[in-house]
Amino acid sequence: MIRIVDYGLGNVQAFLNVYKRLGIAAERASIAADLDGARHVILPGVGSFDHAMERFSASGMREPLEKLVADGDTRILGICVGMQMLADSSDEGELAGLSWVPGRVKRFHNDPTMQRLPMPHMGWNDVMPAQACGGLFAPDERGLRFYFLHSYYYDCADASHAIAHTRYGISFDCAVRSGQVYGVQFHPEKSHGWGIGLLKNFASI
Amino acid sequence: MLRPRIIPCLLVHDGGLVKTVKFKAPRYVGDPINAVKIFNEKACDELVVLDIDATVNGAEPDYQMIARLAAECRMPLSYGGGVRTADQADRIISLGVEKVSLSAAAVSSPKLVTEIANRIGQQSVVVVLDVRTKSGLFSKGYEVVTHNAKKVVAGDPFVLAAQMQDAGAGEIVINAVDLDGTYSGYNLPLAREMQKHLHVPMTVLGGAGSLTDVEKLIEQCGLVGASAGSIFVFKGGLKAVLINYPTPEQKDELCVRALGAGQHSVT
Repeated sequence: MIRIVDYGLGNVQAFLNVYKRLGIAAERASIAADLDGARHVILPGVGSFDHAMERFSASGMREPLEKLVADGDTRILGICVGMQMLADSSDEGELAGLSWVPGRVKRFHNDPTMQRLPMPHMGWNDVMPAQACGGLFAPDERGLRFYFLHSYYYDCADASHAIAHTRYGISFDCAVRSGQVYGVQFHPEKSHGWGIGLLKNFASI
Repeated sequence: MLRPRIIPCLLVHDGGLVKTVKFKAPRYVGDPINAVKIFNEKACDELVVLDIDATVNGAEPDYQMIARLAAECRMPLSYGGGVRTADQADRIISLGVEKVSLSAAAVSSPKLVTEIANRIGQQSVVVVLDVRTKSGLFSKGYEVVTHNAKKVVAGDPFVLAAQMQDAGAGEIVINAVDLDGTYSGYNLPLAREMQKHLHVPMTVLGGAGSLTDVEKLIEQCGLVGASAGSIFVFKGGLKAVLINYPTPEQKDELCVRALGAGQHSVT
């Protein structure tokens, strides 16, 4: 059973649709009790960093999820802003992140080489998995492409936590992993077969 | 490499999909859900669905239809039509839609764009500007229109587009009204000029008669969204209804060719 955290942000329905098609049980988690004993949790998110952190903290599901992370038996996958929330902090906001995967979320446009490129980074881009990608991708799989929509990117404090890279002006960490906590910047729920494959892989980790 | 986006634009009228010519003469081309299923199979980049009745009739967005489309859609979906408040935009996003398109309401109130961007995030706010070449004897340049081209908006379209961007739009769609359904090619000078005024992604709609036109647009504008209606719903000179879309390989070849010819550095 995959639990999709619904704290009012992000496309919960899209994940439920994908898992329904895959024949994998998935349910929306709206209150703390919904996370009891969860083995796989997806943390979606859209919008601004602080707004997402506020809504998540106010949902009543932050503490139980923190406990699950500390226990180390639950696989967690953050998506888009849900991934950025795994960091320590973000250029976009004042609030602290969850610090589950050490790093900072940075603004693309702060890099001078980026200023001639359209922002947000919007559309389909190539994703290059690292050798050790924790089962989310097949190692060194080629030809992967996913849909991106963001203006801030994850910069891991420990390079070994970056499990995939993408290039848009600069090369950035588009997928991260520390222990059982995973995050991807792109939208697997809207990335056709490539995304469905990733969500299927996550369910079998 | 980030790829230019090739985006079918589907128009909804009386619950069915239609295709118009110069915003008029809607012709029924099929069922929206069925079209989404076919575009799923073809691994389409993104879909735009515009309800052309909602604003004109002053109606609420059809949330049931939007929910059904979103549930079926395995690619990013942009919905437009009748959105006038942040609550409506929020509700549409919660149904599983990635982007909400504003047109008439945004033009008359840039503050609304800001308000909606604050609620759902700038990346999910699209402003569609319906632009046409001025037709008066002594008039030059372009004008923005709303309400299916029945109302003219005062002011310079380029200034207006930049204003929408500053107000919080994460994407600007330039829809050439006078080319709609004509198969005569995109208005490339308009697209190039508009691009100079924008730093958010730009999508161009109106006039594409073939994938060659899409290729020419990418050659001229580089990282751009190339949107079209007719070429993705009709096939052949008799315009038989046939939902179609290039394969990922064809799309990659087209993009590489166009970007190579256009000297655009995109990575």
